[in-house]
Amino acid sequence: MQTIISISKLSKTYSSGFQALKNVNLEIRRGEIFALLGPNGAGKTTLIGTVCGIIRPTDGTVNIDGHDIIADYRATRSLVGLVPQELTTDAFESVWNTVSFSRGLFGKAPNPAHIEKVLKDLSLWNKKDNKIMTLSGGMKRRLLIAKALSHEPKILFLDEPTAGVDVELRRDMWNLVRVLRASGVTIILTTHYIDEAEEMADRIGVINKGEIIVVEEKIELMRKLGKKQLTLHLQDSLGRIPDALANYQLELANQGTDLIYTYDAQREKTGIEPLLQDLTKVGVKFKDLQTKQSSLEDIFVSLVRNVS
Amino acid sequence: MNIHAIRAIYKFEMSRTGRTLMQSIVSPVISTSLYFIVFGSAIGSRIAEVDGIGYGAFIVPGLIMLTLLTQSVSNASFGIYFPKFTGTIYELLSAPVSYFEIVVSYVGAAATKSIILGTIILITSAFFVPLRIAHPLWMLFFLVLTSFTFSLLGFIIGVWADGFEKLQFVPLLIITPLTFLGGSFYSINMLPPFWQTVSLFNPVVYLISGFRWSFYEIADVNLGVSLLMIAIFLGVSLAVVAWIFKTGYRIKN
Ligand SMILES: Nc1ncnc2c1ncn2[C@@H]1O[C@H](COP(=O)(O)OP(=O)(O)O)[C@@H](O)[C@H]1O
Ligand SMILES: [Mg+2]
Repeated sequence: MQTIISISKLSKTYSSGFQALKNVNLEIRRGEIFALLGPNGAGKTTLIGTVCGIIRPTDGTVNIDGHDIIADYRATRSLVGLVPQELTTDAFESVWNTVSFSRGLFGKAPNPAHIEKVLKDLSLWNKKDNKIMTLSGGMKRRLLIAKALSHEPKILFLDEPTAGVDVELRRDMWNLVRVLRASGVTIILTTHYIDEAEEMADRIGVINKGEIIVVEEKIELMRKLGKKQLTLHLQDSLGRIPDALANYQLELANQGTDLIYTYDAQREKTGIEPLLQDLTKVGVKFKDLQTKQSSLEDIFVSLVRNVS
Repeated sequence: MNIHAIRAIYKFEMSRTGRTLMQSIVSPVISTSLYFIVFGSAIGSRIAEVDGIGYGAFIVPGLIMLTLLTQSVSNASFGIYFPKFTGTIYELLSAPVSYFEIVVSYVGAAATKSIILGTIILITSAFFVPLRIAHPLWMLFFLVLTSFTFSLLGFIIGVWADGFEKLQFVPLLIITPLTFLGGSFYSINMLPPFWQTVSLFNPVVYLISGFRWSFYEIADVNLGVSLLMIAIFLGVSLAVVAWIFKTGYRIKN
């Protein structure tokens, strides 16, 4: 796969002396959906801002489609659309004017047909003559996306696009992202909703305290770190795990009424069958059972915990 | 050159002016009329003539300068400060526009508005007093150059300001007093010698003097000195803008 963004040894120290990015190296592939995950204050917005030219890097370089973002900023910025985290809009402009303004700002000749398409795609067409201040929060979010798409970018940054957005709009947004990807746009989104990354991303990067701690295919990441748990709801509670079962990775929970077995789902032998046989042998009976795949959230929590 | 961007910003700024049309155009017309009534009638009945020009006509160039300076500064400073304040500046910073293009479009729009206002005041004045413009081209030259120079100054103030107080501070506490004391409503020659000398340290004196010369061929200071002062003003402002963009001062983190 071809690289479209190449971030190398990128560092950012704010004038306050706070180092928000520490020697970040990251490659984004052409046409992928890349999710940047991290807790609040991890440096996601700083990283995006630096790539987009809003923040000056202290050190390191960023290349977009082979061009340096500083030396050749016109070439790189023309390729990029940015949807910021904050709902920053003008109040008095109309929807149509502000989207047309963005297109012009990015050096593209007026193209009403394209603006119309973008507004329709984002269900803003019937609001085109409205002043921005009359829009709801969700509409403003979509308007920011429309502005970012007005100049037909090849790369789209979405900084927490679904923060504070209702469920329906979230679904719409995800669909839009998929449609964009299908049309060849590379998408980088930040989120702290794990399910969003799990749902959307091809690859996932985790950033914490200004450092990228892992970058992996989503499926690979889940496989590598993904554990499965089998929970047996027992008929009679156990005081402790019987010695005969000491070889299994078992835990008791719920005052001894739940027996939890953690295993690697990818392994040939999961060990479930012998466990069940051994349980019968020692006379432990269960009334129900349940298995659970660890989510990205669990993985993420354990990653962040390990580093800090 | 990103012509589309210059056009987009210029249009955006002009439509901002358009939205506040009443305030932008009606208020200078009213305040100019008031000046004529207060200064022209009340004081003018005591001061018949200055340097052979009727008092009402004498103050027209000063009135126009007063508006040009204050409006250029406040418009241009607001134009760039407001996106910083609301956060919409992110878009400008992430766009493929050069600093030169940013300055040209913001300052161009602010200067355009000032030139329009100056023209409106000129026309309004014609209803009150007999006007005579001895050197129309020089008049236009001063009008345009002053508008651009002070819009540039406004742009700098807008970048520097980190609150609305600072935004209003310079126009209100520096530009307006300097203009009033700069001979808008009197000739420097009417002052005692000591204050004449003090006035020469006021840069606005040179602007008003040159501008008035283009109307009536009377001047407090030599025309060449006036031109030199504008050139210095412009040069300093340009240098500061260049420095701002080179260092990202108060624009980029
Ligand atoms: N302008 C600034 N000056 C100083 N520190 C900042 C500035 N902007 C952000 N930070 C700090 O940098 C860190 C990363 O911020 P940010 O990139 O916004 O994180 P995220 O988007 O992952 O929540 C935070 O600790 C934040 O407080
Ligand atoms: Mg953020």
